[in-house]
Amino acid sequence: MSEIVPGELWAKLRRTTPARIALGRVGHALPLAEVLDFQLAHARARDAVHAALDSAALAAELAPMPVLQAESDAPDRATYLRRPDLGRQLSARSAALLAEAGGRCDVVFVIGDGLSATGVQAGAAQLVRACAAELGGLIIGPVVIAHQARVALGDPIGAALGARVCVMIIGERPGLSVHDSLGIYMTFAPHPGRTDAERNCISNIHGAGGLSLQEAARTLGWLLREALRRELSGVALKDDQTPALPFEDSAPA
Amino acid sequence: MPFTCDLGGERHGFADLKAVLAAASPARSGDELAGLAAASATRRVAARWVLADLPLKVFLSEAVVPYEQDEVTRLIIDSHDTAAFAPIAHLTVGGFRDWLLSEAADEAALAAIAPGATPEMAAAVSKLMRNQDLIAVAQKIRVVTAFRSTIGLPGRLSTRLQPNHPADDPRGIAAAVLDGLLHGVGDAVIGVNPATDSVPAATTLIRMLDELRQAYAIPTQTCVLTHVTNALAIMERGAPVDLVFQSVAGSEAANAGFGIDLAILREAHSAALALGRGTVGRNVMYFETGQGSALSANAHHGVDQQTMEARAHAVARAFDPLLVNTVVGFIGPEYLYDGKQIIRAGLEDHFCGKLLGLPMGCDVCYTNHAEADQDDMDSLMTLLTVAGCSFLICVPGSDDVMLSYQSLSNHDALYLRSVMGLRPAPEFEAWLAEVGIAAPDGRLRALTDGASPFVRRLAETLS
Repeated sequence: MSEIVPGELWAKLRRTTPARIALGRVGHALPLAEVLDFQLAHARARDAVHAALDSAALAAELAPMPVLQAESDAPDRATYLRRPDLGRQLSARSAALLAEAGGRCDVVFVIGDGLSATGVQAGAAQLVRACAAELGGLIIGPVVIAHQARVALGDPIGAALGARVCVMIIGERPGLSVHDSLGIYMTFAPHPGRTDAERNCISNIHGAGGLSLQEAARTLGWLLREALRRELSGVALKDDQTPALPFEDSAPA
Repeated sequence: MPFTCDLGGERHGFADLKAVLAAASPARSGDELAGLAAASATRRVAARWVLADLPLKVFLSEAVVPYEQDEVTRLIIDSHDTAAFAPIAHLTVGGFRDWLLSEAADEAALAAIAPGATPEMAAAVSKLMRNQDLIAVAQKIRVVTAFRSTIGLPGRLSTRLQPNHPADDPRGIAAAVLDGLLHGVGDAVIGVNPATDSVPAATTLIRMLDELRQAYAIPTQTCVLTHVTNALAIMERGAPVDLVFQSVAGSEAANAGFGIDLAILREAHSAALALGRGTVGRNVMYFETGQGSALSANAHHGVDQQTMEARAHAVARAFDPLLVNTVVGFIGPEYLYDGKQIIRAGLEDHFCGKLLGLPMGCDVCYTNHAEADQDDMDSLMTLLTVAGCSFLICVPGSDDVMLSYQSLSNHDALYLRSVMGLRPAPEFEAWLAEVGIAAPDGRLRALTDGASPFVRRLAETLS
């Protein structure tokens, strides 16, 4: 039996969506090339989830900005994936270290590995710089690199460093098409017990049709100044500035 | 009621009914996260011995979530059908398991007891059942619903076509719809999850899907999976809403987290019925559920996640739905850690839903941070199809490019129908033949086969 291959007709349709349409069939099954292409995308996503963050390299990239290291109560990836509660708490060691650092500032940036250390390694330092450039006149505290971190780990970190606003930059859950996407979560007056409804989120920051670093930084700049002015963040602070997620015609990789 | 048993000289005691249910559950990360799982494998089996000896009636007198605090409990208790319960009223949970597997429990007997079964009874008995038991009993149960197509008939397997797009681009969504139709997919519903959850965005998509459906006279229903309050607003504007969608959970507090209560579901159900858009039936609701949703909202009342899931099915049951599916692996590894846990949960949810009388389907799926892959999905979809699952969700190439998770592919539907000799809903099957997507022998034509009037028309439209 010959392979059934999609023809010219479908080329036009494929440009309208990144979805895996018009893949063709071998009998009822996917052609092998499509099977392997899918497996490669899944493998990259899995590797991104399990990759360890190289914090020394990240700190070097952030220099001369002062950097502190922290880790959550989740000792390893396997625990981290099963116990989101531990990923939201600082380890005793980190809590002591940050308490010692103390201080007061307007903004603290926390870089958390989240579910994609790959994305964080690739883009977080640049994103911090781009954001900082939008925050002229504000006092920015040390950048904290946090391991096995969930979004809410920014709450105890921000509180310990006396930050008026915590900006958590974190690796998002990888998909098949994008495995290095970053998210920004901004929380006014961070302290343990804050809920997700009290944060503003800018998601899908990546170079494959997502939000660019510059666009994300501009949105954060606006949100953060509004948060300081109105002394709140979250659902009460609508980000009227955020453009719709851009989408450009592209065929699946 | 004592919750103890002696095993080999060792006494095992459990504080209350919900502790027994939780400890009797097969191991899963969500119950461990909640601190409810059995502390050891031995204790898990001890809980099953205790559970097996409890009378089914105990679930009518002891609510796992307090009646006074929770409208879902009140719904379950107040709508319980005593007459339907009568044939099983004398049974223990263990006796119920044996009865379900017996020849006495045929299609008619199982349909008759459905209104007398509470979600807690269904959850409890499932904990005493191996995977093959869950399959064997579910396979005997038939739940038939209809709107423009008929779902759940013997020898049929229906599919939801899920043509999501990361920016809701109408052309991109239409392209994915055509891809699905040409694979014979979409007889349960053509249902889009919108990237932007607003009334105007959803209205645009609803109109687009309805125009597409009418242009090709497709005997199926369309749905934009937006919040029920949006659906009400969209219906008020006169847009063509076939099905009202909502995610539901098993407690009043968890539903509040979704921004809903039973009253708003009742209002939407009445509004959709009033539109009278169905041609072969009047089931107008579409619900999704999933283990872990109550816990993630911290609204589980110390009850294990599988029992809470069955309670979500009781919410769905009150609104005579066309479709209900568990989105089984979507929630992540903190609730269902790996392929084994996802497969078990999918079979449990399907069994409990069917036992309660629901047109149960499944989104056979996983995320990239779960310990699972396509091989696990192959296993689950095959097992569910043997179990007589009403419908499965399909996305092009298994890759949902909007929600970033993996579901089944259109090709998977072809595989299942082929190896198990199943066909789509009768109205849709006739349409596939009429427009030439299927050849006279029932086989699907190639995407580019010029003998298909559908493909010829598509080519003309695009040229």
